[in-house]
Amino acid sequence: MVQINLPKNSEVLKGIYYQDKTGSKNIRKVNVYRWDPSNGENPREDTYEVDMDNCPSKVLDILNKIKNEIDPSLAYRRSCAHGVCGSCAMNMDGKNGLACTKPHSEIEGDINIYPLPHLKVKKDLIGDLSGLYKQYESIEPWLKTNTKVETTEIIQSQKDRKKLDGAYECIMCACCSTSCPSYWWNEDKFLGPAVLLQAYRWIVDSRDDERKERLKKVADELKLYRCHTIMNCTNACPKGLNPAKAIAELKKMLATS
Amino acid sequence: MSSYKIIDHEYDVIVLGAGGSGLRAAVGLSEAGLKTACISKVFPTRSHTSAAQGGISASLGNMGEDDWRWHMYDTVKGADWLGDQDSIEYLCKEAPAAVIELEKYGVPFSRTEDGKIYQRPFGGMTKNYGNGIVQRTCAAADRTGHAILHTLYGQALKHNTEFFIEYFALDLLMKDGECKGLIAWNLNDGTIHRFRAHSTIIATGGYGKAYYSATSAHTCTGDGNAMVLRAGLPLQDMEFVQFHPTGIYGHGTLISEGVRGEGGYLVNSKGERFMERYAPNAKDLASRDVVSRSMSIEINEGRGVGKEQDHVHLHLSHLDKSIIESRLPGITEAARLFANVDVTKEPIPVVPTVHYNMGGIPTNYKAEVLTGNDSNKTVPGLMAIGEAACVSVHGANRLGSNSLIDLVVFGRAAARRAAELVKPGTPHEDIGESETEKCLERFDKLRNSNGENNTSELRLSMQKTMQSKCAVFRTEKTLKEGVDEIRKTYDGMDSISVKDRSLIFNTDLVETLEFDNLIRQAITTVDSAYNRQESRGAHAREDFPKRDDEKFMQHTIAWCNGKDTKIGYRPVTKTTLTNEVQYFPPQERVY
Repeated sequence: MVQINLPKNSEVLKGIYYQDKTGSKNIRKVNVYRWDPSNGENPREDTYEVDMDNCPSKVLDILNKIKNEIDPSLAYRRSCAHGVCGSCAMNMDGKNGLACTKPHSEIEGDINIYPLPHLKVKKDLIGDLSGLYKQYESIEPWLKTNTKVETTEIIQSQKDRKKLDGAYECIMCACCSTSCPSYWWNEDKFLGPAVLLQAYRWIVDSRDDERKERLKKVADELKLYRCHTIMNCTNACPKGLNPAKAIAELKKMLATS
Repeated sequence: MSSYKIIDHEYDVIVLGAGGSGLRAAVGLSEAGLKTACISKVFPTRSHTSAAQGGISASLGNMGEDDWRWHMYDTVKGADWLGDQDSIEYLCKEAPAAVIELEKYGVPFSRTEDGKIYQRPFGGMTKNYGNGIVQRTCAAADRTGHAILHTLYGQALKHNTEFFIEYFALDLLMKDGECKGLIAWNLNDGTIHRFRAHSTIIATGGYGKAYYSATSAHTCTGDGNAMVLRAGLPLQDMEFVQFHPTGIYGHGTLISEGVRGEGGYLVNSKGERFMERYAPNAKDLASRDVVSRSMSIEINEGRGVGKEQDHVHLHLSHLDKSIIESRLPGITEAARLFANVDVTKEPIPVVPTVHYNMGGIPTNYKAEVLTGNDSNKTVPGLMAIGEAACVSVHGANRLGSNSLIDLVVFGRAAARRAAELVKPGTPHEDIGESETEKCLERFDKLRNSNGENNTSELRLSMQKTMQSKCAVFRTEKTLKEGVDEIRKTYDGMDSISVKDRSLIFNTDLVETLEFDNLIRQAITTVDSAYNRQESRGAHAREDFPKRDDEKFMQHTIAWCNGKDTKIGYRPVTKTTLTNEVQYFPPQERVY
């Protein structure tokens, strides 16, 4: 039998235990993945005892509390704090989501917080999304129109506009793509659900004149057909979008065109 | 500071910030053939433009007759006559073309029955100079900012703009009163970068996080404003801080004015639609300062709702379900997540919440930064746009949906002006090392701070001071207390503590640098407010309840060096840009 082991330096070690200092009776244990690229040490899992009596309802509130009151060195991305910017995507309780919209009351027992799976980690909870951003560029996310009319808008019926609902709202948080086993295996070749949803968004835009070329571009064994309808993407989307359906629509368009 | 390795870059123009205005400028600059870098501390689509909900104003006239002059009148009145009318003319006249351009870029605007861009009513937007409500605010459901931001990022990609993402800007490089570029810290690998440019465009947004309760993102720390202050240049009209009437109680999440535009209304504990009393004509669609003050009065006089009677209710359950679904899906989600409310059945608990900074870096309508000394003298090499700038089109109070249009109109104007001023490929002159040294000294000092005070504690103290001493209603007493207290917090920086010494994604240091930026703006804000002894727009003084045009129809100009400020005034522009419209003289402002 071949034995496959992770390299020694990627093993997650037991980290620092931060005991509660507030004397609170309402404590939850929060285990957080930590890795500092500058010291050459292994990743570790630190545990923080957090006073829940003085903590608002979301997982991001816990992280902010840890950073403000216990350990300022903890690194994570956050910005809008209400689910529109997509910065604080991470893995909580084994599920991808936005820390700013995820209620911690939905998590039973200890709260485990990790970076989005399968990304190169930059530090602590900060993952490297540059690959996904490059793929996003590759689908050319801008309107291609031959219209010569400059002074008025391109007319689009309400029915045609409705086709964009469920696609344009994507916040590029990458919760879906990083929950997809196909993407884990082929992140360099498979576009993944987030980017395919965006490809779909431009393909179904009635104002776009390069629908066919766009379709042809994604019609690739690796770019599109690595999707095996596992549906993790749709389960993971914190905005309630359905990338799996968009991918199925793309496949259908190709099959019938 | 030789211990920091410096990586040099040379560009024709650099844009600091990648929100709506920064991206629009970057697109224009790239189109003009200028070698352009766009530097941002967050990935572009994470910028706070994404949180804008209700829409973008432009007199397209898709939903009834409209005229840019009416839009101009509304903006002048909304600004309580503190706006510069040449800039306001430019904004309103350029607005329709700017929106049509966005549509051509691909923004998924909602549509009318005949397939045109859908427009909704918004606060303070009227027809025929204040006679009735007009539908002027172009919307993509209630996610207009998100739709615009993502589309503009796509355009920047199309034009091959060079991005430097997750770079935190430290300071401007100034030489003999001219801006020569800036220094930034690359969070990805910890290196220091010096960007040389013939024109530097600041598009860093507002500084809402100086307050405790704000709709602003954590990243809204006005870094560009603070860089300008450190460069010895002034900020303008900083006392004008907009409180949005409808932030979710207890959390601060924005609930769009579009809710009231679609027919929602505010109710007090007696079940009264109290806005009818304060603004008999516009009612719930009066401008934001008026609605926020009315809500505060209701609460102060004991007619608030809830256990503490400290907020009011926003009703929309009477609206047609299909309207809520198609036009207000985002706020439906926000209300569920942050107020645990089903908007089809229950009202949303709301309270006036800090939302927007009318003040900022003084510029002319071409986006060139002004020295503030002589009213029209510009700072060579420096421009500012978006919420960071004070053009001033919003004056003492911004109308809802006038900020998104400000971003694209002046983003475009800045690109045009830079293209006139900068010849592509012009060589850069030597600027010496002293500015770099000074900048890195501050950086290094903060990085190695070993004091007693956590950044988070000082930040909280600043936020609480601003929230309680420089809020919707102000008095000599509270402002004086604010002036003193905020300086105590500033002094706390002498013994600030940074625990993380590393350079890669050291967010402890980022937050400390951001706090250093915020506290300077907090000081200029409260000092500017203390000195303005009148009530105008968002600045409501209980001890000076009247507007005083004779003394204060002027912009405040504030310099700030550490905790020392110098306050001056410069005249409001009372001429229009062209003779296509006449100057609107001050009137009593009623809605």
